[in-house]
Amino acid sequence: METLTATDKYLDLFKQRQQEITDGEPGFVSQLREEAMASFREVGFPERKAEAYKYTHLEPVFDGELHFDFHPRQIRFDDQELFRCDVPMLDANVLTVLNGFFHHPGEPALAELDNGVIYGSLKEAIRRYPDLIKKYLGKNARIQGEPFVALNTAFSQDGIFLYVPKGVHLEVPIQIIHLLLSDKNQMVQHRNLFVLESHSTAQVIICDHTLSPHMYLTNSVTEVYTGENADLDLLRLQNEHNNSCQVTNTWIRQEQHSHCQHGTVTLHGGMVRNNLRISLEGEGAETHALGLFLTDKMQHVDSYTVIDHQQPHCTSNQYYKGVLDDVSTGAFNGKIHVFPDAQKTEAFQTNNNILLTDTARMHTKPRLEIYADDVKCSHGATVGQLDENALFYLQSRGISRDESRLMLMDAFAWDVISKIKQPPLQERITDLVSKRLRGELSRCNNCAMHCDE
Amino acid sequence: MSKANHMLEIKDLRVSIEDKEILSGINLMVKAGEVHAIMGPNGSGKSTLASALAGRDYFDITHGKILYEGQDLTELSPEDRAREGIFLGFQYPVEIPGVSMVNFLRTALNSMRKYRQQEPLPAGDFLKLMREKKNMVEIDSDLTNRSVNEGFSGGEKKKNEIFQMALLEPRLAILDETDSGLDIDALRVVSNGVNKLRSPENATIIITHYQRLLEYIEPDYVHVLYKGRIVKSGDKNLARELEEHGYDWIKQEVDSKA
Repeated sequence: METLTATDKYLDLFKQRQQEITDGEPGFVSQLREEAMASFREVGFPERKAEAYKYTHLEPVFDGELHFDFHPRQIRFDDQELFRCDVPMLDANVLTVLNGFFHHPGEPALAELDNGVIYGSLKEAIRRYPDLIKKYLGKNARIQGEPFVALNTAFSQDGIFLYVPKGVHLEVPIQIIHLLLSDKNQMVQHRNLFVLESHSTAQVIICDHTLSPHMYLTNSVTEVYTGENADLDLLRLQNEHNNSCQVTNTWIRQEQHSHCQHGTVTLHGGMVRNNLRISLEGEGAETHALGLFLTDKMQHVDSYTVIDHQQPHCTSNQYYKGVLDDVSTGAFNGKIHVFPDAQKTEAFQTNNNILLTDTARMHTKPRLEIYADDVKCSHGATVGQLDENALFYLQSRGISRDESRLMLMDAFAWDVISKIKQPPLQERITDLVSKRLRGELSRCNNCAMHCDE
Repeated sequence: MSKANHMLEIKDLRVSIEDKEILSGINLMVKAGEVHAIMGPNGSGKSTLASALAGRDYFDITHGKILYEGQDLTELSPEDRAREGIFLGFQYPVEIPGVSMVNFLRTALNSMRKYRQQEPLPAGDFLKLMREKKNMVEIDSDLTNRSVNEGFSGGEKKKNEIFQMALLEPRLAILDETDSGLDIDALRVVSNGVNKLRSPENATIIITHYQRLLEYIEPDYVHVLYKGRIVKSGDKNLARELEEHGYDWIKQEVDSKA
């Protein structure tokens, strides 16, 4: 008997469940799913040797024994009681996504504010605002040649939709908490869509957590549009347990003079692959991609970033730092692509990593493709240890070697954290990072799993 | 453990780095209350001596002993040496971006206090203490708001070393070329600081190339280090002789005997 390939399994699964998945949704969405599946059939999962995925082989994970939910499960879950992703002093609107579905007991699926702001369930938004959604859904995140985006496009049924109309400033940040809670090993594919029209501003924080020790696989897509002069601050805090695998695909399209800051702080997670693609499609757009990851034991974190400078006078900055302990591994692949018309581009990239052991490993690769001739581009990458001279200086003042190392690691991380906006958020992350480095964050809130066992 | 007569006894110390011998038999005795100056031409091993005393681990002690208050110093880690009261004023203080001066000093001080079985100093009391010591050594208030030594000029870095010394109150201070790169004003400030901290209970070893500093901080003893050995000892007048005649006459004296 022929064993099915992982690709076939998903093709079959889609065929079986297509009815359920597409039930009640507008035609254009169902169409999108079919196109996605066709694209997925063509390209399949990346091979082991595929350049873009050579350090992170995902097919075996996707091929595992996984359960899928095609409807939100009735889980008795009281957010207030069971889980708090606390950011003290931060006034935010908290949206919970449980196993890929927006969880809103007793609340409407979609909030519609007087100023025109809409946020809540993407599924509900598709039902209520098909024309608005049609303008944006699937128009940025590419399915051709992108199997993970294609899979998500075919299978995802919910996630968070945020819409900020022209000129509106979203006063209160949105905090999206992604929770995984199941009694089986499970796969979840949620999809977010954030649309900021011209001259609008918003701040979004996404936290990823796992609440039970099962193996979770998340394949998510977040599409972002920032219109002319719009400003978006997006921060993702990844804190799933070490028996999980998380693939994020974030696609950001920026119009002229827009400003976007995208930060990723990865504290836990067995295998994490963050695909980030930012397209600067209007003059004078500015984008900052920050990343901080802390790994130990056998964790693996892979950051793959592409910034397309399509228009002139745009600025981009990639600033990624990692601290790797034990036998953990990491990868950074940062591409800057400057198109022929993109004169006066300023593009910078830095990736600094500290290896705390001889067995930790980091692969870093800058890629610059520059087709315009009047540009300013730079890149730098380091993989090293803590500065011995600095360590000795601290020790010579009576500070133990262990504490000295922690002080230097805190300082190393602070370099990225200091660029995050909102002091309460900075404080919270500094605290989490500090605890993480001291091994005091092995248990995320109510997760039954202790990551150091 | 009984307290020895001398605070510091260095006996026939030989130190190498990667099989190259830098110190070839140092003998030095320092008592509480004394100030010793160690002078010498470049390359004589002055900084190696300072680093070996502070516990830098890329030096190998191949022979001899260092006794601090009767205890074998080589058994102690750098942090324990500091906690026992040894302070090294670095020749080139390193910059540590991201580590705030306040956090650094408070952690250091409380580390010392813990070692001495004292309670950590509450934040308010610590800031008060910092202000006191800042005034004493005339260090700019601004500098302590920054990261350790970050963006400090040469003179500011040296003043910062003395400021730390004032805060940590060591029993044995080793100042490694504290005067290098200082203008007259900075020199005066640094010297005042050192002099104010001088007491019958503590001792200071000043490592310097030039005699100038020793006009401000009067030494009890002056030793000349050349080719890894102390080749001459005297009082402050020896320093004046070196100022007038340079090191050549000593070099010739030593080399002709070899």
